Amino acid sequence: MVGKESFSVRSFRVLTGIVLITWLILPLIPLAIWSFAKGWFFPDLLPKRWSMQAWDYALSDTAGVIDSLWLTIGISLAATALSILVGIPAGRALGMYKFKGKELVELLILAPTIVPGIAVVLGIHSVFISMGLNNTVSGVILVHLIPTLPYMVLVMSGIFANYDPSFEAQARSLGASPIKTFWHVTLPAIMPGIIVGGLFAFLVSWSQYILTLLIGGGRVVTLPLLLFNFATSGRNDITGAIGMIYILPGIIILLLTAKHLSGRSGAVGGFGQI
Amino acid sequence: MTHVSIKELTKIYPGSAEPALDQLSLEIPTGELTALLGPSGCGKTTTMKMIAGLLAQTSGDVLFDDRSVLNDRPEHRGVVMVFQNYLLFPYMSVADNVGFGLKMRKVPKPEIDRRVAEILELVKLPDLGSRRPSELSGGQQQRVALARALIVQPNVLLLDEPLSNLDAHLRFEMRDLIRGLQQEMGITTIFVTHDQEEAVVLADKVALILDGRLKQYENADVFYKRPIDEATARFFGGQNFVSGKSNGLVFESALGKLALPEGAISGSGKLTFRPENIRINATKTDENTLKAVVNERIFLGTQTRLRLVVGDEKLDAIANPNEVENISTGDSVNISLPASSLWVLPK
Repeated sequence: MVGKESFSVRSFRVLTGIVLITWLILPLIPLAIWSFAKGWFFPDLLPKRWSMQAWDYALSDTAGVIDSLWLTIGISLAATALSILVGIPAGRALGMYKFKGKELVELLILAPTIVPGIAVVLGIHSVFISMGLNNTVSGVILVHLIPTLPYMVLVMSGIFANYDPSFEAQARSLGASPIKTFWHVTLPAIMPGIIVGGLFAFLVSWSQYILTLLIGGGRVVTLPLLLFNFATSGRNDITGAIGMIYILPGIIILLLTAKHLSGRSGAVGGFGQI
Repeated sequence: MTHVSIKELTKIYPGSAEPALDQLSLEIPTGELTALLGPSGCGKTTTMKMIAGLLAQTSGDVLFDDRSVLNDRPEHRGVVMVFQNYLLFPYMSVADNVGFGLKMRKVPKPEIDRRVAEILELVKLPDLGSRRPSELSGGQQQRVALARALIVQPNVLLLDEPLSNLDAHLRFEMRDLIRGLQQEMGITTIFVTHDQEEAVVLADKVALILDGRLKQYENADVFYKRPIDEATARFFGGQNFVSGKSNGLVFESALGKLALPEGAISGSGKLTFRPENIRINATKTDENTLKAVVNERIFLGTQTRLRLVVGDEKLDAIANPNEVENISTGDSVNISLPASSLWVLPK
C-alpha cells in the first residue's frame, strides 16, 4: 500500500517536472538558437550558419534596446515601489481588521485579475487624457498598478492575518516612536511578504503590453513593445536576442528570492483567515 | 520612584454596554509591588494597558507623582509593560532585544553593550546574549523580557501574569528574582494575575477586581482573615459559610452560639472561617467547641482534607495528616473554631 502510494507520488512528481520543462524551458530554446542564427530554414534541425549579428544589433545604440531595457526596469521598479506603499496599509486593514464593506473592498481589489485589462483601460484612457497623463511614463507607471496591486494586497493581507500587533505595543512601551516601531519591528516581520509581493508586482508590471501600449500611446516603448515590433517584422534573430534580454530579470529575481517562495515563509498564504 | 494614582478609571469598549473597567481608584505608593487580582476578563489587563498608554480610557485619570499622564505618548511615559507571552522580537538576538530600549533612547553602542552584559548578569543569563529568543526555554525568555524592561530604568514596571507560564519550581526562583530586583531598584511595580497564590507570594498589596469593579485593596493576609464579602472569600479559597445572626460578640446559627473576635459586625450575616483554621481533636478548654461527624476524608499528600457535618451544615477542614491519622469516615470528632479565626460577612 505504502509502496504503491509512494510510486504514484513519484510518478506525479516526474510528470509535473516534464510538464514544467515543456512549458517553461523548451519554448526558450528555439529563441536562444535564433539569436545566434544566420538564416534557419525548414527542415533543418539547426541553423546552417551561426552569427553574432543579432546580438551586435540588439546591443548597439541604434536599436534602442538598452534604452528600452532601462526604461522598463525604471517603470517596473516604480510600479513595484508604489504597490508596496499601497499594499502594506491595505493588506494590514484587510488581514487584521473587520469592518463594514470589507468583502466589497476585497472584491474590488481582486477585480483586475478577473476583468480584462483592455476593458478597464479604455475608461482610464479618457480620464488620463483629461489629467494629461497620456503618453507619459508616470501615466504608464500608474496604470501598471491596476494589475500589480491585487497580488501585492493579497500577499500582504496573508502576512498581516498571521501578524501579532502586540509586538508594536511592546516596542512603544520600550520607548520607540511610531516610525521607529515600524522600522525596527513591523518591517522585519512583514519583509517576506514585501519580497514575495514585490516580486510578483515587478514581474506583472514587466510583462504588461496592452496597458503600456494604450496609455503610453506608442511613445513609452518598453521591452515587450519593442519585442513585439521585431516579432511582427519577421526578424526572428533579433527577436530572439531581445527575448533573451527580456527574460533575464525574471530569472535573476526568481533565483534571488527562491527561498521566500517556499510555502513555509507564510508569505504566499493569500487572504489568510478570510 | 513614582507614586501612581488611578482615579475613577473607566473603560467601555465600543459596542459593549457593560464597562470592562468601572471607576477604578487606586493609590500605589512609590516603590511598592502591587497585584491586580481577578478572574480572566475582569478588566486587569485593560487597566495595565491604560496605565501604559497603549489603550485610551473612556473616563478617569492616571497620575504619576500627581501629574496626569493621559496626554503622554506610551514611549514618553516611562512605563514598561512585560507581556504574558514575553514578545521577544524573534529576528533579533537576545542582546539586541535587551538593548532595544536603550537604542531607541540613542544611547551610544559601547554603553548599550556594557549595560546589556550587566543586566544579563543580574537575571542570571550572562552567556546567552548572542542566542536567538527561539533557542531559549520559557523561563529564560521571561528573564530576557524582564531584563529588556529593567534596563531602561522605568518609573513604573507593569507585569502581565509574570509567573503563570512557569513550572512550579521555576515560580519561586522567578518570584525571588522579580522581588529582589524590584526592591533593589525601587521601581513602582504593578502586576496582574488571575491566581491568588501568585498575588500573595509576590505582592505587597493586592487589589481584587471582580466584574470590572475594585472589591478590596489591602495587604495580602487581610483577604484571608477579613474578606469584605462572600465573593472575595470564595476567590481566596474560602469554603465555609454559615448563615445566622451576630450581635457583635456572639454569632447564633445552626452551629450554636460562637464567640466572635473584636470588630465583627452586628446583624444577620454569614459566618466564615478558613478550612485550615478548624482545629480537630479539640479539648474542653478550647474556644467554640462543636461535635462533628466526618463525612469524607481526602489525603492530599502534605495535608488531609476532611468533609465534616454539624447538624445540617457541611464544613470543610484541612489538617496535618499526622494529627488525623486515627480518624476515619463516620467517626464523631470534637472540633474547635477559635474566635480569632472567625469573621462575619454582611448578607
